[in-house]
Order: sequence, then structure tokens, then C-alpha cells
Amino acid sequence: MNKFFIVLSQTYLNRLKSKAFIITTVITLLMIFLITNISTIMNTFDSSEADRVGVIDTGSFYPSLENQIKMMDAEIVLEKFEGTEDEAEQAVEQGDLDSYLVLEENEALEPTGLYKADTVAEQVTPQVIETALQQMKSTLAAEKAGVTPEQLNQIDQPVQFEKVALEKGAKTEEELNQARVFVYVLLFVIYFSVIFYGNMVAVEVATEKSSRVMEILISSVSPVKQMFGKILGIALLGLTQYAIIIASGYLFMQMQEDELTETGFLSFLDFGNLSTSLIVYAIVFFILGYLLYATILAMVGSLVSRAEEVQQMIMPIQLLIIIAFFIAMFGLSTPSSTFVTISSYIPFFSPVVMFLRVGMLSIPFWEVALSLTLLVGAIVLFGIMGAKVYRGGVLMYGKSSSLKDIGKALKLSKREQ
Amino acid sequence: MLEFQNVTKQFGAFTAVERLNLSIPENEIFGLLGGNGAGKTTTFRMLLRLIDQTKGTISWKGEGISYDSSHLIGYLPEERGLYPKMKVKEQLIYLGKLRGMKKAEVEKEIAIWLDRFKVPEYLDKKVEELSKGNQQKIQFIASVIHKPELLILDEPFSGLDPVNVEVLKEAVLDLKKSGTTILFSSHRMEHVEELCEHLCILHKGKAVVSGNLKEIKRSYGKKNIRIDADFDVAFLENVAGVVRLKQGLNHSIVQIENEQVSQTVLRELVSKGFVRQFELEEPSLNDIFIEKVGAAYE
Repeated sequence: MNKFFIVLSQTYLNRLKSKAFIITTVITLLMIFLITNISTIMNTFDSSEADRVGVIDTGSFYPSLENQIKMMDAEIVLEKFEGTEDEAEQAVEQGDLDSYLVLEENEALEPTGLYKADTVAEQVTPQVIETALQQMKSTLAAEKAGVTPEQLNQIDQPVQFEKVALEKGAKTEEELNQARVFVYVLLFVIYFSVIFYGNMVAVEVATEKSSRVMEILISSVSPVKQMFGKILGIALLGLTQYAIIIASGYLFMQMQEDELTETGFLSFLDFGNLSTSLIVYAIVFFILGYLLYATILAMVGSLVSRAEEVQQMIMPIQLLIIIAFFIAMFGLSTPSSTFVTISSYIPFFSPVVMFLRVGMLSIPFWEVALSLTLLVGAIVLFGIMGAKVYRGGVLMYGKSSSLKDIGKALKLSKREQ
Repeated sequence: MLEFQNVTKQFGAFTAVERLNLSIPENEIFGLLGGNGAGKTTTFRMLLRLIDQTKGTISWKGEGISYDSSHLIGYLPEERGLYPKMKVKEQLIYLGKLRGMKKAEVEKEIAIWLDRFKVPEYLDKKVEELSKGNQQKIQFIASVIHKPELLILDEPFSGLDPVNVEVLKEAVLDLKKSGTTILFSSHRMEHVEELCEHLCILHKGKAVVSGNLKEIKRSYGKKNIRIDADFDVAFLENVAGVVRLKQGLNHSIVQIENEQVSQTVLRELVSKGFVRQFELEEPSLNDIFIEKVGAAYE
């Protein structure tokens, strides 16, 4: 078997069997299970019946309020409370009522409300009641002014407003909304993966170096094979983890009632009618972005003498990813700004920013191709440089580690003649 | 034949190894001696192509060494290290595979070697659970498990207790018997004297002495006399031809310029009193080393 594959499979299998991998996967699966089942879970906990509100009505608004609340389909049970406010307060204290409302008529013959409960931190019930009262007040006022209910209805109608993109091939609003969610989710995925798996590469290299097993390794395998074996081994690990997560996420969703996924809370997860090209772009940018950062991080990892120094060394690199992420977040609302456009060609940022532009705008293919070419170019460049630094870096053991050591490592690995 | 021809390595302005010429015959144990920073590890690293020499050529059986020949070469680096969290077995399988072995072959060899070092129970232990000396045994196994033609041992005995030094020495001698060419470095002269036929002393990157151990000793000229007498022998220092006098508790060692001087010394001694021991010895490698490299190094 080729040594490259020996390193690759060793890295992959060793990590796959590690506790860290199993634990993170299980936790993620649990989270996905919770999210996909959240409404069921919330319903289970919410089975405590609807809020009971006692109403002390000094006027004659109770019937119309009851009507209004019923129309609003809220989980509130109104009951007319025949007694004083003190008695109502007692009822709340004893738990017979959740809250009570004093309904009065003011000089203008309009309803006013005074809502009292143990705490007013709970917002839904008072809001519903307030809206109901507002509605009643409007109707009364309109009637007084001689406006018929039909006319009132017409006034309340929202204006019709639609946005249509003129540019040919531009995304429709519906597509855009969907793309926005998709891009948003994927930005997180790319950002998170690059940081998480990239770190793994750096730590892996640094551990081998600090445990001094490195010198045996590089005397049997060329540093280039070793470095890329590691990078791809961990890439494979990441893909495995995502495959597990996506597959089980899909299964969990299948287990849910259809209505939930089609119209309900989880509808945003339905990417079935997204363009295939966007998904392909997502995968391409994800892989290339990982490759770029993993190469740089492997290079940096090879400069570290002690495993504890890794974090400090990879900090500047992580900062780049974080910047890229923030540019992309900013670009979600202004995808066509010059700033976003320019940064979509800079290899450190393009994996997320160019993907954002592809997802949100319809840009000519050559722009994507140019960005991809620059990205691949950068990967090759850092690959060559990384391999050289790696070759020298793994033999260097210094007191302190800093990025300045890159120069030293390059000198050490210089091929003579 | 392992050959170094005019090999020079410079790190910037610093010359780590300067015009090194060595010919190491196959199926021999060759010792590379030198103090700290003499260039031993750099020499090994160049040989293994971990770093490139600035000038000169290195060849094994007439060909340059590359990663394609890594299955022919075994290496025990001076800086020991294994994966601390990995089990001995997994570890050796991985390292064996990287040297071109099949898993089944490695497993067979692991059993043989662990038995030989009398530690078969370590098979499923994590390396971090082993003592340092035992980790070193595992590391030694890792460097020989693929039956290399050429074995490079950088300070193989450092950090081991005397019992384990003997175990390892025996293993090295057995490997030689089975045809392995062994190149090893040390700053312990007695190990070199015991194991090597040929050697080279490096000092500040230059070979100061090189060749067959016996010839080196013979051509050195100076001899030692071991003396045990019932009286103070300090006066010997003034005898013509005596280079140095080292007085010990039980006996004294007198270094003389040549064999002839010994007879003068003997006459002087007999005239003074009772002599219990008088023995003419070959110079020790330590003497040669100290003289060539300078007394600064002990």
C-alpha cells in the first residue's frame, strides 16, 4: 500500500475511534434530534392548560371580548368573575386563576383594561388581550364615526407590494429568501468546519512533533506525503461526520409529521427545491476552503515545539477565518457592495464570501471561475510552501514558537544545488 | 558499502559538518564519536535525507538514499518519542507499515522481539504507561522490526540502566551477525570499544580520527602502564618519556610516549620498593578521544 494512504487511513481511523469524535458526533445528533422534535417536546411540556383569566366587568364588554378572543384562537380561557378585586387577587394567589382583568368603560364609552398577574414577565396573554381590546375599540370608534364594518375592513387591508428583479437570471424574491437561509446555514458550516477540523490538523501535527515521534515518521515517509495524508485523512473524517449528521437529520425529519416540515417551523430545512448548482458550489467551496486553511495550519503546527503552544500559533490564522465570516455576515444584507465583491477574490475570504455571492446574486460564471482559480492557486502555493516549512519545521525545536520561524524552517529545508 | 564523499553541511555561516569522508563496509558496526554538537546527528540526518548536504555525496551500495529505499533503513533517533496514547502493538504496526511491511508480518515480529526483551505483556499497553527505559526498548524494536540492511542508532544506550544496556548490546551484535550494517553514535567510549571495528571521531564537524580501532590504537603510539605499588608513585611524573600520571585509590595509570619508556619506569619502580602490579596496556579510546578533541570534554 502506498505510504500516503497508510498515513491517511491511520489518521482517519485513529480519529474515528477516538472518544472526542464519538462524543462530538453523539452530542450533535442529540441536538439535531431535539431541534427536529422541538414542537413535540414543547407541546409535551406545554400541556398545562390554557391561561385562565378572570374578568371583572363593570361595563358590558365581556361578551364581545370573549368573542374577539375566540376569534383570535388564543390559548386563553376567560371566565367572568363575579366579585371584588380583592377576591380576584385571592383567587390568583390560591391558583384558581392565573391572572385577572378589570374591564371598565371610560368617558368616551370605550373599553379600558387593567391586567394583574403574579408576574408580568409572561407576555403572550396580556398582549393577546390588549390586541383584542384594541380591536374592539377601533370597531366602536368606527361605528361612532359612521364607518361600516366593510369600510373598516378595507382600511385595514395591507397594501399590495411586490419586488421583481429586472436583471435576467436574477433570483426571485422567493428564491432569494430560501437562498439566504441556505447560505446562512452553510456559512456557519464552512466556518465551523474550517476552524474545527483545521485545528485538528494543527494539533495532530504538533502532537507528533512534541512527542518526538516525528523524526521516525519523516525518516520513513516524505514530509509532503505525510502532511497531505493527514490533511486528507481529517477531511475524510469531517465528511464522515457530516454524512452521519445529515443522514440522521434526514431520518429524524422523516419521522415527523409532514405538516411540520412542509409548512411549520422546520420548513426552512427543506432544501429540496434548491438549485443543484448551489449545492455543488457549497461543496466545492467547503472543500477548497478546508484545504487552504488545513495546509496553512499543518504548516504552522509543524513549527510548534510543545503541544500547548498550538493555540497561540494558530490564533492569527483563525482570525482570518473569523474576518471572512464577518464579511460574509455583513454581505448577507448587502451582497453587491464593492467591499464584498473585492473580498470574494481574496483566497482567505473567498470560500465563504464568494459562496455568499453565488448564493445571493446571479453573477457571471467567469467571476466564480476567477475566484476559484485564485483559491486553487493559493492552495497550491501554500501546499508547496507548507511542505517545505514542514520538512524543516519538524526538525526544529526552539524555546519559543512564533510565525517568524517559518523563515528558519524554509532555510533548513532548502534543497541545495 | 556506505560512502560519504566530501560531505559538507552549512547552516548559514555555521559549518556543522566539514568535508566528511567515510567508507563503511557492509556487515560491520561503525562508531561515530563526538561530543555534543560535533555533528553526529546532522550526519545521520543527511544520510537519511532529512536535510540536504551543502556539498558532497552520500551513497549506500553505490546508490543515493531516498524514500524509495526507506524499507532498507532503520533509524533510532536521539530524541526518543512514540505516540504516548497509542498501544504498543498499534504503534509498531503503523511504523512497520510505513517501512513497507504487511500487518501480519509486523505482528509476528513484534511477538518475537517482545519475547526477546522479556516484555510480552506490553503488547496492549499504552506507551505512556511504560517506564522510559522500556519505551526505549519499544523504540528500538520500531527501528529494527522491518529487518533493515542499514541500521542507524543515534545514542542508543543513553538513558538505559546497565542491565538494559547489555540486552540492547546483545541485540545489536545479533543483528550484525545476521548481516545488518550498523552505524551508531555515542559519547560513551567503552560501548564503542566493545562493539566497533571501525570508527570515526568527529570534532566541530571535522573527522579528527578515522579508521580501524586496532590500527588507530597502534598508530597512536602512546601506551598506558597500570601500576599498583606499596609507595607513592608521584615521582614518576619527572621520568623522561612519561606524559601523564593519573593516581587512583587502588592503582595508578601512567601514560608514556612509547613502549620503550615502560622499561625505564619499571626499573625506577623496582628500585623504590614493592610493586604488586605492573601492566603495559593499549591506550584506551578515551585517551585518544581526549587528546584529539581536547581535554575540555569528559
